[in-house]
Amino acid sequence: MSTSVIEGVPPDPILERRELVQRVARRTLERRMVVSRGMVGLCGVTLLLALVPLFAILYSLIQKGIHWWSLDFFTKVPQFPSLLDPNDIGGISNAIIGSLVIDGVAALFAIPIGVVAGLFLAESDTKFASALRTTAEIMTGLPSILLGIFAYQMIVIGFNEWGIKLPGIGFSGIAGSFAIGVLMIPVIMKASETALRAVPTTIREAGLALGARRGVVARKVVIPTALPGLVTAVLLAFSRAVGETAPILWVIGASTMVQWNPKKEMASMPLAIFQSATSPYVALREAAWGIALFLVFVVLVLNLGSRLLAARLQRERR
Amino acid sequence: MSAVSASPSLAMPDQPLAENRKRFSARGDSVHWGVLYGVSGLFALICAVFIISIVASSIPAWRHSGLSIIYGRVWSQGSDSFGALPIITGTLATTAIALFFAIPIGVGCALAIVHVIPGRLRIFLSSLVELLAAVPSVVYGLWGLLVIAPWFEKTLEPDLAKITGGKFPFQAPPEGVSLLLAGCVLFVMVLPMIVALSRDAIAIVPHDQFEGALSVGATKWQVLRKVVLPGARTGIVGAVTLATARALGETVAVAMVIGLNPLFPPSLFSTASTLASTIALQFQDATPLQVAALGALAVILMTLTAIVNWFGRRLVRGAAFRAGVV
Repeated sequence: MSTSVIEGVPPDPILERRELVQRVARRTLERRMVVSRGMVGLCGVTLLLALVPLFAILYSLIQKGIHWWSLDFFTKVPQFPSLLDPNDIGGISNAIIGSLVIDGVAALFAIPIGVVAGLFLAESDTKFASALRTTAEIMTGLPSILLGIFAYQMIVIGFNEWGIKLPGIGFSGIAGSFAIGVLMIPVIMKASETALRAVPTTIREAGLALGARRGVVARKVVIPTALPGLVTAVLLAFSRAVGETAPILWVIGASTMVQWNPKKEMASMPLAIFQSATSPYVALREAAWGIALFLVFVVLVLNLGSRLLAARLQRERR
Repeated sequence: MSAVSASPSLAMPDQPLAENRKRFSARGDSVHWGVLYGVSGLFALICAVFIISIVASSIPAWRHSGLSIIYGRVWSQGSDSFGALPIITGTLATTAIALFFAIPIGVGCALAIVHVIPGRLRIFLSSLVELLAAVPSVVYGLWGLLVIAPWFEKTLEPDLAKITGGKFPFQAPPEGVSLLLAGCVLFVMVLPMIVALSRDAIAIVPHDQFEGALSVGATKWQVLRKVVLPGARTGIVGAVTLATARALGETVAVAMVIGLNPLFPPSLFSTASTLASTIALQFQDATPLQVAALGALAVILMTLTAIVNWFGRRLVRGAAFRAGVV
C-alpha cells in the first residue's frame, strides 16, 4: 500500500502515516461514535440522577410537612403529645423567635467584621492579608461542630486556663449567636472580597487622583459600586447560618418558652427539627417535617431573594 | 507649572512635604488602615482563640490516655477508655462511600452541564443542583432518617445482601440506620459542591482546544476524555478535595443516620460512628474528662479537615469563590 505515484521514488513517510491514520479513523468511526453517544448520554443521565434526591426531598417535605402548617403551629409553644390527643404537639413559635434573635444578633456583629475584613483583603497586598485570606478559607471549611465547642468553652462555661478567668454566662442565645457569627465571618469576608475586587481599578484610581483619601474612596466609591455583590454575599452567608444546627446543638439550652432575651436559654428551628426527628413520639417525629418545610422555605427565600436583589441593584445601576 | 507652585502646600517642589505624601499616597490614610487592620486583627484573634480553646479543652484527655486516643481500639465513655481508631475508621469509611458515588456522578453532571445540555436549560439545571447546597444539613438528616432508612432496611440492604451472597462488606443484618446510609446521605450533600466547582474548572478549558480536537476527527466523548478532563484536572481534584473536607466534618445529618456505635463496623449495613457525630451526640451528658476526650476528637477532626481544606483551596485558587456552595 504505497502512496508514491511515480515508480522508483521512495514513498513519503508523512503521507503514508496520514493515510494509515485516516484508514484507522474511518474503520473505528462507527464504534467511536457509538461509544461517544453512549458516554455523553451517560453524562446526561448522571445529571438526572443528581436531581432525584432534590425532588425526593422536596416531595417528602411538602407531602409530609404542609398539613402541619396552621395558625396554632406558628403561634403556640411546643408540648409533648398526651394520650388524649397524640397529635397535639403545640407549635414552634419559640423556635421561630429563637432563630430570629440568635441569627439576628450573629449577623449584627458578623456582617460589619466580615465586610471590613473583606475590604482589607481586597485592598491590602501584605503578607498579613494573604495569611488572613488562607485562614479565612480554612475556617470556612472547618466542621461547624467545632464552633459549638468553641462557644461552649468561651461563652457557656467561660475561659479558665493558665490563670485567666473569664466567667461564662451559661446556656444562652448569645452563645448560639457567637458560634453562628464566627461561622459567618469568614464566609462574608471571602465573598465580599470577591465582590470588592470586581470594582474596576480605574474607578478607584479616579477617586484617588481627585485627592480623596483611601478611606473616602472605599466608603463613597468602592463599597457603593460593589453593593449588589456585597448584598448577595451577606444574604448567602446568612441563609447558610439560619440552617446551621451543629454549632448550637448544646449551647443555647433548648428552651420551650417564647424567649426574646438572648442572655437566656432559647430555642431554634434547626435544633427543633433535630430534637423532634430523634424523639420517641411519633407525632413529634412527623411534626419535624412541618418545621423543616418552614426552615427550607425561609432559607430558599433568602437564597433566591439575595440573587434577585443583586440582579435588581445591578440593573438599576445601569 | 505655575498652578502647582501657586498651591501653598507645594510651595517648594524640591522638598516634598512628608505630611502630604503620607496623606495622599497609596499607603496613606492612617484612620482607614487603622480600622481595616483593627477589624482584621480582631478576626485573626478570634481564630487564634478558637484554636487555643479547642486544643486547651482537650489537654486533660491527652494527659489521661496519651496518644492511644489516636490508635486505641476501644471507645467507651462508661469506663473512660478513649481509643478513637474505630471512630476515625468510620469517618474515613463514610467519606469514602460518599466520594465513590459523588465523583463519577458529580463530574458527569459537570460535563453534561457545560458540554451536553443546550443553553437555556443549562442555567436552570445547574441552579437546581446548586439548590441542593442550600438545603440545611438537618433536613438531609431528617430525610435520611425518616424516609431513606426504612427503605434501606426493608428493600435495598436485604436485596444487596442477596445479590452479593452476604459476603464482606455486605453481611446482614440490615439495620437501615447504617454506615451505608450515612455515606449515601453525605453523597447527596457533597454532590452540589463537586458539580459547581468542577463545572467552573471545565468551563475555563479553552474552547479552541475543544474545537481543535473535534476538527481532527475525535468524537465528542474522546474530546471530553482526552482534552477537557485533563485540562480541568486541577480544578476537579480541588473540588473533590474540598468535598472530602466537607464529608469528613459533616455533623448533624450523619449523627442522625449513623446510629452512633463506636465499634469497627463489620459490614456496610451496621451502625458506626464518625468523629463529628460522636462529638455532637456525646457532648451534652459528658463528665469533664469525657468533654476533654471529645475535645481530643475535635483536635483530630480539625487537623484532618484543615489539612485537606488547605490542599483543596490551593488547587481551586484560580476558580471564583462561590459563597453559596463552598
